[in-house]
Amino acid sequence: MTSASTPSRAPSLGRPPLLLLLPGSLGAALLVVPLVALVLDTPWSDLGTQLADPAVRDALWLSALTSALTVGLCVLLGTPLAWLLARVEFPGRRLLRGLVAVPLVLPPVVAGVALVAALGRNGLVGAPLLAATGWTIPYTTAAVVLAHTFVSLPFFVLSVEGALRTAGERFDVVAATLGADRWTTFRRVTLPSALPGLAAGCVLAWARSLGEFGATITFAGNFPGTTQTMPSLIYTTLQADPAAARTLSMLLLVVSIGVLVGLRRRWLGTP
Amino acid sequence: MSCHREGLDLDVRVPGRLTAALGTGPGEVVAVIGPNGAGKSTLLSAVAGLLPVAGRITVDGRDWNAPPLPVRERGVGLVPQDRSLFPHLSALENVAFGLRARGARPGPARARAQEWLDRLGVGDLGRRRPHELSGGQAQRVALARALVTDPAVLLLDEPFAGLDVGVATSLRIALAEHLASYPGVTLLVTHDALDALTLADRVVVLDGGEVAQTGTPREVAARPRTEHVARLVGLNVVADRDVRRSFPPSAVTVSLTRPEGSARLTWRGRVAGTTPHGDALRLLVVTDAGPELLADVTPAAAVDLGLTAGREVWLTVKATATTTDTMRP
Repeated sequence: MTSASTPSRAPSLGRPPLLLLLPGSLGAALLVVPLVALVLDTPWSDLGTQLADPAVRDALWLSALTSALTVGLCVLLGTPLAWLLARVEFPGRRLLRGLVAVPLVLPPVVAGVALVAALGRNGLVGAPLLAATGWTIPYTTAAVVLAHTFVSLPFFVLSVEGALRTAGERFDVVAATLGADRWTTFRRVTLPSALPGLAAGCVLAWARSLGEFGATITFAGNFPGTTQTMPSLIYTTLQADPAAARTLSMLLLVVSIGVLVGLRRRWLGTP
Repeated sequence: MSCHREGLDLDVRVPGRLTAALGTGPGEVVAVIGPNGAGKSTLLSAVAGLLPVAGRITVDGRDWNAPPLPVRERGVGLVPQDRSLFPHLSALENVAFGLRARGARPGPARARAQEWLDRLGVGDLGRRRPHELSGGQAQRVALARALVTDPAVLLLDEPFAGLDVGVATSLRIALAEHLASYPGVTLLVTHDALDALTLADRVVVLDGGEVAQTGTPREVAARPRTEHVARLVGLNVVADRDVRRSFPPSAVTVSLTRPEGSARLTWRGRVAGTTPHGDALRLLVVTDAGPELLADVTPAAAVDLGLTAGREVWLTVKATATTTDTMRP
């Protein structure tokens, strides 16, 4: 009676096969259990004391500063690069696009070593820079930002380039017939229509930057106050005081999720 | 822009896609018709400077192709088939864009843009974004945006595509009004015989990347040289030795057996489809000899003869009922 008057379920194609159900559930567990363990295992009462610790405050501040600077650099350098890749025909464009994507798959430690090779005291660019200006980059806050930008920029560029390609050239064409030069077209037509992609790229770059550890510790070191970001601090703390490391990890998790949710509301217009 | 109008004179070649020569006076509206892939859009792109072409595109006495002039320095107004209104700008800002890009101050640019929106009957929609406009409204805004910069050549790609019949009709009337006072040349790509007949001073028929026919709309409609145009105006056209014959579907007689008599043109074929046409039923017949022909029969005759798809029929037409036209060399 009830089953006839109220459709209880959609017409079934059959039960999910165990061969898919079991590995799928296992995969979900692998992703969720560590997060749950972290939440359950965090000594929440320590949070206040942790936040009062100057080392923690320094690391938090440095993480906030470097990730913000990284996003800024990505926008300034990555947007024009994405535009070039999406809109201008030049020899080696495909090769360049491939090279831009390499840091996506590069182990972060290798990225750090590559940065040392380029910008270290004896590096390809670093040595002449030292000779000419007396500046050294490794083990400074600038090195942290450069390492972060190196690993984050591909996420940003590919996201913006995708948006530019999706928007297509048709608006650029109409703008040109209306008398706009390429800079005007970029500023008033191309960029506004790619804004969602730009926003998504910023979020991706920021998230990648906030969690960056391998390239940073290799190229910039782990000095409290100048190059010790939250991930580096957590790594250092874990060896001496695992409970404190869990609290700090929790802090980082909460901050990341909080900012992601906030940006989602503001930029993507979804509740 | 330039106040001295001499019209458009072009002779262009896009390898593998288009070879076309065309001359028009100032203020003329040229309908470009032809099947898909005939080169219609290529012709518009060539004039706008969107693809490399060989040859000459002389507008108001100046060759746009020697050397190729950048798109933004040509005075073209382009209305693409999808209109391509800038999605993040209001209707008013869309129209003002061309004036701003050419250096007008924001205030005067908006005032002129508003004038043009008013002229096209969408003056009260200036604050809307493109996604808040209907198809007909968006087309009017796109027309205003193209016309506000006073282009030497206006390029319209299927301006009535995808619009409801009523909307298309009122837009056709509005467009006819503006084209009458527009001093530049208009190239109007269309699939619709009605557009060509009501809006155009001249018709250019493209087929397979070449100009198959040019003439006034009346000439082209009366003596179509391509099957495509014959279909558009509802005529049959067949090649018969060195003459081309065109005749209306109503002049065709349909029978089930081979007809007797002379001075007739006869084909055998199979009915491929039927559609209502006024009081009659219009048959599409694929003939053994090749051409697809249209024939009108009364519904009663269609029932009597059992004229359904696949039925073998004979078609005849009196030679005197056809219009002949010598083939191009």
